[in-house]
Amino acid sequence: MPAVSVDNITKRYGKTVALDGVSFEVEKGELFGIIGPDGAGKTTLFRIIATLILADGGTATVDGFDVVRDYKELRKRIGYMPGRFSLYQDLTVEENLAFFAAVFGTTIRENYRLVEGIYKFLEPFRKRRAGKLSGGMKQKLALCCALIHKPDILYLDEPTTGVDPVSRKEFWEMLGKLQQEGITIVVSTPYMDEANLCDRIALIKGGRFLQIDTPRNIRQSFSVPLWAIRSDRMHRLLDDVRTFPGVTNCYAFGENHHFTTGDGFDAEGLCRHLRQRGHGDLLLLPAEATIEDGYMLLAGQ
Amino acid sequence: MERETVIHAEELTKRFGNFTAVDRISFDVDRGEVFGFLGANGAGKTTAMRMLCGLSRPTSGTGTVAGFDIARQYEKIKRNIGYMSQKFSLYEDLKVWENIRLYAGIYGMKGAEIARKTDELLERLDFAGERNTMVRKLPLGWKQKLAFSVSIFHDPAIVFLDEPTGGVDPYTRRQFWEMIYEAADRGITVFVTTHYMDEAEYCDRVSIMVDGRIDALDTPHNLKERFGARSMEEVFHALARKAERKE
Repeated sequence: MPAVSVDNITKRYGKTVALDGVSFEVEKGELFGIIGPDGAGKTTLFRIIATLILADGGTATVDGFDVVRDYKELRKRIGYMPGRFSLYQDLTVEENLAFFAAVFGTTIRENYRLVEGIYKFLEPFRKRRAGKLSGGMKQKLALCCALIHKPDILYLDEPTTGVDPVSRKEFWEMLGKLQQEGITIVVSTPYMDEANLCDRIALIKGGRFLQIDTPRNIRQSFSVPLWAIRSDRMHRLLDDVRTFPGVTNCYAFGENHHFTTGDGFDAEGLCRHLRQRGHGDLLLLPAEATIEDGYMLLAGQ
Repeated sequence: MERETVIHAEELTKRFGNFTAVDRISFDVDRGEVFGFLGANGAGKTTAMRMLCGLSRPTSGTGTVAGFDIARQYEKIKRNIGYMSQKFSLYEDLKVWENIRLYAGIYGMKGAEIARKTDELLERLDFAGERNTMVRKLPLGWKQKLAFSVSIFHDPAIVFLDEPTGGVDPYTRRQFWEMIYEAADRGITVFVTTHYMDEAEYCDRVSIMVDGRIDALDTPHNLKERFGARSMEEVFHALARKAERKE
């Protein structure tokens, strides 16, 4: 039995279609990522499978329980960390955690082992009000509060937005440990390096899942020629590559730009053209597609 | 173009009680430069930025922004800069045009000029159809693009961007950076913080703060060379790992 099973879920807000027939399954113990632009329907989806709002159509079960009929049972089994910080700002770190434990009829002590790895970072600040914590600390506290009732399934809606690279890495190491504890995790993220760490990812856009697969398969399914290019005038290079015949898409990609073309692209012609336009230190190489390239291709369509 | 310093900081320090949030930082930023201001959460970036924006006074050290002294002429600084942050940028319950009108008015622009530039801006952003939309109804990426445009609407010498792309997807982030480039081409100096290390690559120069100090400052290319790193991500990890201060 899958941990999460979603079948043809739709949700509208007035004229806006937030979810347009979404179906997928998450296996028990899987780390499942959802990536997509803002407004794609990620948060709506989380809220439906967390039993917080009702879908207009379709069905969803979590741990075999129906999200509508069995919502009371499910809430014991689900841990949900919303995108917006939603702990009590004027309670201390410790009070927040104790409160969430009490709501679920448990205590901090009972499940301390599960949160210990995270809570140790917070321990020095346990008397501090949650509203006074830094961004990274808030995130850690929110994760502790979502875990303290020992859920089977954890939903994390953009847990690392606004968190620096070092803290993000720590956060994902913790997720790895939770996964080893047998917890199923569904997580959304705007960071493509994090998407790479998931067992499978779903690309969502306009309320639809465009692709669901392992990061590796998504990279390999990139179907058009991809190139990396660099010059001493990176900003102008974007426009100069974009307007060259045969180029379908060009975007910044770290220290290089990436661009896609049709087959039989005239790479030498492009280099000549760019030199004429005053670009120096040109470097042009075929590139291997990453998840981010896959995302750019889908998002641009 | 002749070099022209628009931000100058010398031994800039801010203490809160016995906690030194910003510890003697010194640097210059040139006109038209895209300057990346990086650091872990809690390294002191926001405190430093607040001093440069004229919102907080240094405990010691000196600095000028757009030619004005940060300790004494901070009201003048505020008039000559733009500011945008991910956390707060626009009024959600005002319409698109009302937000523009409000900010332009605060910066002392005249009605006719505001009207003309509003039309131009909405046209350029392909936003004309959203003129009367409540900002809260816009997707985050659109809000951020609008907020950036509003922050440079009065043609400031410098714009300070505090994590402008936090939570924004890769596609929209790139559109946002193209707007940053355009502003820089127009001569607006861009001072930007980000947690996305690919964005660090898009800056002309980058500084990295660790425990209140600037531990590194150079072009992305030189930083990678110096740390023997393949990416800015690796440079960042190499530096931030040394941090002793925990948020």
